Amino acid sequence: MSECNHGSNNSRRMTDKLLTVRDLQVRFGEGEGAVRAVDGVSFAIDRGETLALLGESGCGKSMTALALLRLLPQPVGHIAGGQVLLEGQDLLALPEMRMRQVRGGRIAMIFQEPMTSLNPVMTVGRQIGEVLAAHKGLKGRAARARSVELLGLVGIPDAGRRVDEYPHQLSGGMKQRVMIAMALAGEPDLLIADEPTTALDVTIQAQVLELMRDIQRETGMAMLLITHDLGVVAGMADRVAVMYAGQLVEQASRADFFTEPRHPYSRKLFAALPDMDKRDRPLTVIPGTVPTLDQSFHACRFADRCASAWRTCHEVEPAWLEEADGRGVRCHLYDPAHPNPPAAGSEAEPDRLAARSAAPRDLLEVSRLKVHFPIHKGLFKRTVGHVYAVDDVDIHIPTGRTLALVGESGCGKTTVGKAILQLLRPTAGSVRFDGDELTRLRGEALRRRRREFQIIFQDPFSSMNPRMQVGDIIEEGMVAQGLVPDAGARRQRVEELLEQVGLRPEHARRYPHEFSGGQRQRICVARALAVEPRLIICDEPTSALDVSVQAQILNLLKRLQLELDLAYLFITHNISVVAYLADRVAVMYLGRIVEEGPVDRVLTDPQHPYTRALLSAVPRIDTDTGREVIRLEGDIPSPSNPPTGCHFHPRCPQAMERCRQAYPDRFERGSEHWARCWLLE
Amino acid sequence: MLAELTRRLLSTAIVVLGVVVLVFLLIHLIPRDPVDVMLGESASAADREALRQNLGLDRPLGVQLGEYLGGLARGELGHSLHHRRPIVELLAERIPATLELALAALAFTLVLALPLGLLAAVRRNTGWDRGAMAFSLLGVSIPNFWLGPLLILLFSVWLGWLPVSGRESPGALILPALTLGMSLAAVLSRMVRSSVLEVLGEDFIRSAYARGLSTRQVLTRHALPNALLPVITVLGLQLGTLLAGAVITEVVFGWPGLGSLTIEAIQSRDYPLVQVCVLLISLSYVLVNMLTDLLYAWIDPRIRLGESDAG
Repeated sequence: MSECNHGSNNSRRMTDKLLTVRDLQVRFGEGEGAVRAVDGVSFAIDRGETLALLGESGCGKSMTALALLRLLPQPVGHIAGGQVLLEGQDLLALPEMRMRQVRGGRIAMIFQEPMTSLNPVMTVGRQIGEVLAAHKGLKGRAARARSVELLGLVGIPDAGRRVDEYPHQLSGGMKQRVMIAMALAGEPDLLIADEPTTALDVTIQAQVLELMRDIQRETGMAMLLITHDLGVVAGMADRVAVMYAGQLVEQASRADFFTEPRHPYSRKLFAALPDMDKRDRPLTVIPGTVPTLDQSFHACRFADRCASAWRTCHEVEPAWLEEADGRGVRCHLYDPAHPNPPAAGSEAEPDRLAARSAAPRDLLEVSRLKVHFPIHKGLFKRTVGHVYAVDDVDIHIPTGRTLALVGESGCGKTTVGKAILQLLRPTAGSVRFDGDELTRLRGEALRRRRREFQIIFQDPFSSMNPRMQVGDIIEEGMVAQGLVPDAGARRQRVEELLEQVGLRPEHARRYPHEFSGGQRQRICVARALAVEPRLIICDEPTSALDVSVQAQILNLLKRLQLELDLAYLFITHNISVVAYLADRVAVMYLGRIVEEGPVDRVLTDPQHPYTRALLSAVPRIDTDTGREVIRLEGDIPSPSNPPTGCHFHPRCPQAMERCRQAYPDRFERGSEHWARCWLLE
Repeated sequence: MLAELTRRLLSTAIVVLGVVVLVFLLIHLIPRDPVDVMLGESASAADREALRQNLGLDRPLGVQLGEYLGGLARGELGHSLHHRRPIVELLAERIPATLELALAALAFTLVLALPLGLLAAVRRNTGWDRGAMAFSLLGVSIPNFWLGPLLILLFSVWLGWLPVSGRESPGALILPALTLGMSLAAVLSRMVRSSVLEVLGEDFIRSAYARGLSTRQVLTRHALPNALLPVITVLGLQLGTLLAGAVITEVVFGWPGLGSLTIEAIQSRDYPLVQVCVLLISLSYVLVNMLTDLLYAWIDPRIRLGESDAG
């Protein structure tokens, strides 16, 4: 907090190299089979600057960060070469004692999971106090006072009380603020932030990112931001470095990178992002998978997946080509030493998807659905209240169409899905599927009916029995429902299904752990399809996947919908997925739907202040449109004790007296588009 | 927390009542006439009748149970047939000895198991780890009734450092405590090892290192307090085993405690005394488990303060 970089010394500072990394090598294991997780990475960060390290899972970006602090997972991970210079001093050569002064003192780090990054049995004040004791010599009352001050600085209300609380008493966003306060306590020159907002909801993410920008402006601290999210990069970074398979493949200023990404991999990352404009065609995918890093490479690591690759790419390892302004790329396309590539580089636009049949009838009609969970307290576990997880929800989905249900964690969207499937019995309301009331079905009748509605979960791995072969997993539903009684014919059908979801028939004999995340999700899709359902509830099916893999799954779901006339209830918090896939969208807040309408209307002309705030909080890749983020204060309230009147009023920037008193009626805004907000009256 | 405490006490009370009734019924589970078993077949009819009346065996079962419970409530435990003294007096002599032995064994267990488990975890897959785990395997495998005589042979007979048996000198406590604590220490050190290993893989350990803390600070402030939570549960459950083990150990070392009293009572068919001893051992088991649960709840703030809605 001691220094600020104002005007005049700003320019001088910007040329100061704070951190220089040269040819960093990180290995896991020894000898021939060692995994080269980071293979010759070089970059530099100036004082006060933010460098974003961008890449998909397994590319080595987190290992790079941990290596800078010499915190690689022991005993397998080790630094096999290179230099990490902090103002000229090589951190890799420091004795452990001196390195401890660097950690938390000169370089602080925050991690992806604020939920698990704090010690659960120690108050947050004491954990911040550890940094103050180690690096600032503050103890006792002085340390406590400073901790309270720091918590105030990161925007934690009532810091004097919060300082004595334990991590479980804080929300996820608050915990990440505590982590930031802890990082600031040592007044570091560099903050390494490893996916700092990935585990947070989008409105909370917007708060935390803004806090990080503010703090950087005030303290002049440099930042190494590790992320997979192009939107976060666009909002935060001065410069961008892209990592692929353990190497940097491109480095550029933010403006250059977003106007003209050079490396074919970078370009593919942009193309794979779903959005509204790509609705009528499949998303661009990157074929194949990332190569394993336990080999030595003698060619371009991306060549096998690259549409622009030619012979040279498969035979010669590309060198790092750097221009005078620091922009660099690792690709033969930009190397004057190599003969020009054949002109085949440009890719054909993916074919447009076929148009769909018009005006189908409703397959699923949910009306006034309520799911209330009793809260038991006291000696005799009496019911003292209810969690109003789902409260009066109406949903209609026609055959072959997609309704997206969006909202932040805890809003009740997953509970809606479970209640429709009768995995949770609704407290009240009706769920009609193809005209039949599901809430009245019991036992065998319900079990028979279940083949018509299936579910796909967020985590494909934990939703499959690891001890069953993929073929048996897919077949299980068919056997249970008595479909295809002949075993030979059933095997045949399993193979067809595997091909239908883009896998190979021989995969039936393998186990789930032998597949990548995207392949596992394909298996889950095949399992759902096996019983020939008419409705699939997709509960965040792509949120655990990388962007390029997400594109493959979205394409698959879209194709299957056209071929099989499937209806989807797509539960997600990802707005760009909604824009690409959904026909209609319903926005949920604290157990109720606050706005619903056709996807283009809701996303371009949102009516409810919550929808507007949610959409504005989504990080976008169009960097300079002057878009303003509507900041929501505080956290989502508890559904056991929802605010009176409109549930959103305590966080709503436009709340009126009336909003505090009565829950808003439904107001129509054009055909099939409505919202519950008094402003629309 | 208060409701939890009350609920816990209530359920413990129900268990205790169940134990009391079971122990009461014990005497009626004897396959023959209990009076025959106690006095032997050569006893006179008058003696038998006297004992029968003395023990109240001639009255209906319900009445007997009522009187038994009433007696317990008033603290009247009856007379020992063999010692011909009030059982309360016998207990007053013997309980302190057993407590002393159990506490000493527990202290030995903790002093041995905590550092050993921690060492094995921190130096995982090294000679230290393998040595500690080999020792722990040995400790679990050796029964008390063999380890005791072995220690006596070594330290008392050959080296002559410690007394063979009894409770006369302070040194006499060492060998029984070692014998009794050994298998618990072995189990516990394994438990500490795996628990510490698990905690060391947690994110908050990595962030503690990232704050610039030394390995010692990370271990003592962050790893151990979290690793000990599951260990406490196991310790509580195993303490019961420790009490059961005390019976054998006390006999081997001639330690004048509750365990040897129980064996004496069984051998002399002193059923009123057996009943009380069994009751005491069972009650202490129940009590220790309740205390463990409460201790656990008190140490872990997530239970003590309740899960918040925000979390």
